[in-house]
Amino acid sequence: MPVVFERTRGLTEKEFHFCPGCTHGVIHRLVAEVLEEMNELGNTVGVAPVGCSVLSYQYFNCDMHEAAHGRAPAMATGIKRVLPDRMVFAYQGDGDLASIGTAEIIHAAGRGEKITVIFVNNAIYGMTGGQMAPTTLAGQRTTTSPLGRDPRQVGFPLRVSEMLATIDGAAFIERTSVHDPAHIRKTKKAIRNAFECQKANQGFSMVEILSTCPTNWGMSPLESLDWVKETMMPYYPLGNFRRPEAVTVSGASGGGHA
Amino acid sequence: MARNRGQVSFDIDRCKGCELCTTVCPVDIVSIDTRHINQRGYHPATVSESDMDKCIACGNCAVICPDLVIRVQRVA
Ligand SMILES: Cc1ncc(C[n+]2csc(CCOP(=O)(O)OP(=O)(O)O)c2C)c(N)n1
Ligand code: SF4
Ligand code: SF4
Repeated sequence: MPVVFERTRGLTEKEFHFCPGCTHGVIHRLVAEVLEEMNELGNTVGVAPVGCSVLSYQYFNCDMHEAAHGRAPAMATGIKRVLPDRMVFAYQGDGDLASIGTAEIIHAAGRGEKITVIFVNNAIYGMTGGQMAPTTLAGQRTTTSPLGRDPRQVGFPLRVSEMLATIDGAAFIERTSVHDPAHIRKTKKAIRNAFECQKANQGFSMVEILSTCPTNWGMSPLESLDWVKETMMPYYPLGNFRRPEAVTVSGASGGGHA
Repeated sequence: MARNRGQVSFDIDRCKGCELCTTVCPVDIVSIDTRHINQRGYHPATVSESDMDKCIACGNCAVICPDLVIRVQRVA
């Protein structure tokens, strides 16, 4: 019987430690499938962050490194410069990338490092117990904003993709979501295009993916998918913010599919 | 027009009972089996044998599952 869907070789057999319904698992799988389909598993070095995906070096079936909190782009830069023929990616949460690692990501983009960043935006610090992140939405309750985030006091949520897209070293920047099967399939195309961009030496590439944290949002996994669609997407619009003329794989990825 | 027919199988002990797969099935045959508990202590997702021939092999349940529980095949 022809197989429609089966586990990718891009992942080890290890079971994910993520909470039930957490879309970190979906995103891991998409990255792994893309690397397998591009036949790059034996040629890839990934960098794991600090955050709930800290153990991703146990899951990706390629060489992996662990970075200090926020430093994945710096480590990926070093690896890529020493081994320019490898595919190098950093997998980062929003606390990792947009808080402690803000300088790292901006300058990696500014230098046009030929790395791919998978940026998982779940609007919260998951691993440490649900504290406010730079991407936490106005009004969103977290353990450190129990009355809801008040922008007058703690500032506005950062739209990282839009910011990085202003930097000329950035070749490919797209925001996607994994709240339903159609958007998951689009996210996979965007990840493919980002890696193709790296392969073609075109510069820095990043896919920001809106993701859930049912545990710390205090919602069921299904309610969390709705929250992504109804509350996150209006503030974090999906779409491509930057792409080189030449990168085309599977036709258009992104392009304002809200 | 002949429609695709499919068969899904579940790696039951990987399932965390999150229910994401139960809402994306176009023919609505995936549900949580509240009569069973897997090794992890969750009620796992399932498709009953009597419903299996309604499967159209779209793959949606497998695509949304965060824990790679589901395998989908097309029945020729
Ligand atoms: C230098 C340093 N500062 C702070 C921490 C604590 N810490 C661990 S993970 C984390 C944030 C995780 O949030 P995010 O990056 O959004 O990832 P998520 O867990 O939500 O996937 C923080 C602040 C740390 N491990 N190291
Ligand atoms: S705490 Fe949140 S981000 Fe971390 S594994 Fe659980 S649901 Fe996912
Ligand atoms: S989506 Fe996966 S883990 Fe969640 S209930 Fe369905 S089979 Fe189980």
